[in-house]
Amino acid sequence: MDLPVNESFPRAAAGCGAGSCGATAGQIDGLTDAIRARIEDHPCYSEDAHHYFARMHVAVAPACNIQCHYCNRKYDCANESRPGVVSELLTPDQAVRKTLAVAARIPQMSVLGIAGPGDPLANPERTFETFRQLAQKAPDIKLCVSTNGLMLPRHVEELCRYHIDHVTITINCVDPDVGARIHPWIFWQNRRVYGRQAAAILVEQQQLGLEMLSARGILVKVNSVLIPGVNDAHLPEVSRIVKAKGAFLHNVMPLIARPEHGTFYGLMGQRSPRPAELQALQDACAGDMKMMRHCRQCRADAVGLLGEDRGAEFTLDRIEAMDVDYEAAMVVRQEVRTEIAARLAAKRARGPSPAVSRANPQVVHFQPRVTKAAATAGRPVLMAVAARGGVVAVHFGHAREFLIYEASAAGARLIGHRRVESYCAGDESCGDADSALTRTIEALVDCEVLLCARIGYEPWGRLEAAGIQPNGEHAMEAVEEAVMAVWQQMLAAGKLTVPRSGARRA
Amino acid sequence: MAFTIIASCVNCWACLPLCPNQAIQAAQPHFGIKAERCTECAGDFAAAQCASICPIEGAIIDGLGKALNPPGSLTGVPPERWALTQAEVAAR
Ligand code: SF4
Ligand code: SF4
Repeated sequence: MDLPVNESFPRAAAGCGAGSCGATAGQIDGLTDAIRARIEDHPCYSEDAHHYFARMHVAVAPACNIQCHYCNRKYDCANESRPGVVSELLTPDQAVRKTLAVAARIPQMSVLGIAGPGDPLANPERTFETFRQLAQKAPDIKLCVSTNGLMLPRHVEELCRYHIDHVTITINCVDPDVGARIHPWIFWQNRRVYGRQAAAILVEQQQLGLEMLSARGILVKVNSVLIPGVNDAHLPEVSRIVKAKGAFLHNVMPLIARPEHGTFYGLMGQRSPRPAELQALQDACAGDMKMMRHCRQCRADAVGLLGEDRGAEFTLDRIEAMDVDYEAAMVVRQEVRTEIAARLAAKRARGPSPAVSRANPQVVHFQPRVTKAAATAGRPVLMAVAARGGVVAVHFGHAREFLIYEASAAGARLIGHRRVESYCAGDESCGDADSALTRTIEALVDCEVLLCARIGYEPWGRLEAAGIQPNGEHAMEAVEEAVMAVWQQMLAAGKLTVPRSGARRA
Repeated sequence: MAFTIIASCVNCWACLPLCPNQAIQAAQPHFGIKAERCTECAGDFAAAQCASICPIEGAIIDGLGKALNPPGSLTGVPPERWALTQAEVAAR
């Protein structure tokens, strides 16, 4: 759906708590130009920019005030890459020192987030002390926070004080009956509240918090965990409501549930969504925006460019030993940012990639666009790519995630990414390499081609047997170009006028 | 009249700021309650604050050694189910 630009982004400070009066025409189902401008070069939300900028999360918020059936507070496993799982708890002072040290060593560093390991707003002193110091010492760094939303309404004013760039709220439902099957209890007004009553309070606070942030012009992203049979049918409704209330993006993430994680869902046999189910819901909820399809569910203490974890370089004892000149570092960051901005502008000037139409930059497409099939075209093909920094650069066996592209006559379109296990340290919770390979193939089963830098003999055969053609011929080429080259080759070979062959369907 | 935090505590900090008597200490290897300070929240709150937010079943016990949040009461997972999975994982 195309929407006209709406200049008047509401900045009403108060007086209008309910969403009924806050939303303008420009907010419903679309983005205002002001928001679009803010996310266009955003290191987290712009597909172009995320290759160049870096972000990090600091683990300063240990306590949580709700229970989710997909979480087990007992676990903090180094092999784990679920969001919200971190290994090193920091004090606010330590977190600030770490952030400044990282921002001096990696001048692309531009976003600092607090996401856990508990809920940042259940630890308001620690969270706000960190923000307060950073807003003062490194005002050029964007600050963001992720929350379950329970304590959001009472902290909105303080979030505004530190110029928080964006807030992520995890909203799994808007219906307390659904919520009661996801969140067994909350801590509210000095007591533990259970079941539907708890879910009703949580839903109410989340929605109120979302409305208050929108009214104050803070970017809000909503994350939902897709839980098959629990909230899958409900999420399109969630999406409609949160967008109407001003969330600029609704991101659907898959439930990760295995018995050995010790979570309620893992133990009670709740299944995770199949890749195709997830894709369908992401398409329905996120629409056609290119933003955020690259979201990696990064570890909460990850340091570096999205998807590239450099946390080990910045442990506490190493930071202590670092000698950092903060002022000089800020100057360097400014130079780097100017340079990146110039590169992005030049890239745009060279023209859009065939996939994205920027013909009318005043219009943002929030709903899936109906792409008319070109008359002569071959059918679209899904391809998985082991990439780093926009290049086909990763060995299949080392890949921890694959970008999923849809190649068609219209170009290469990034539609998501899938996390897999690479060969892991081998403790009992990880399983052996063989079952990891089986799970990787499961995760990619709807893809017809796999692009990587290199691949071993055995996985090659296993992928082929599953109907996924491995391809190492485009190593170190730009991802979109490689994807389109393979598609053109398939088209020329006449493979795209007939249905996919040899596929083992999910 | 005092509660005790035992070894299954995961040091998550949730209880500490809630105690009306500053009885909870961020000790190692796990958090602890100074018995002489703990009033079981009598006179301050209807429910003991530490036990009302603690996410770990069994981590806080009363004077008789009884868990304030018994197995299954917070996660909804039947204890037998968890024991079975742990045995399965160990057997791999
Ligand atoms: S029962 Fe109340 S007084 Fe005792 S440690 Fe817990 S919070 Fe503090
Ligand atoms: S809330 Fe429970 S697990 Fe967390 S620190 Fe207190 S006693 Fe330990």
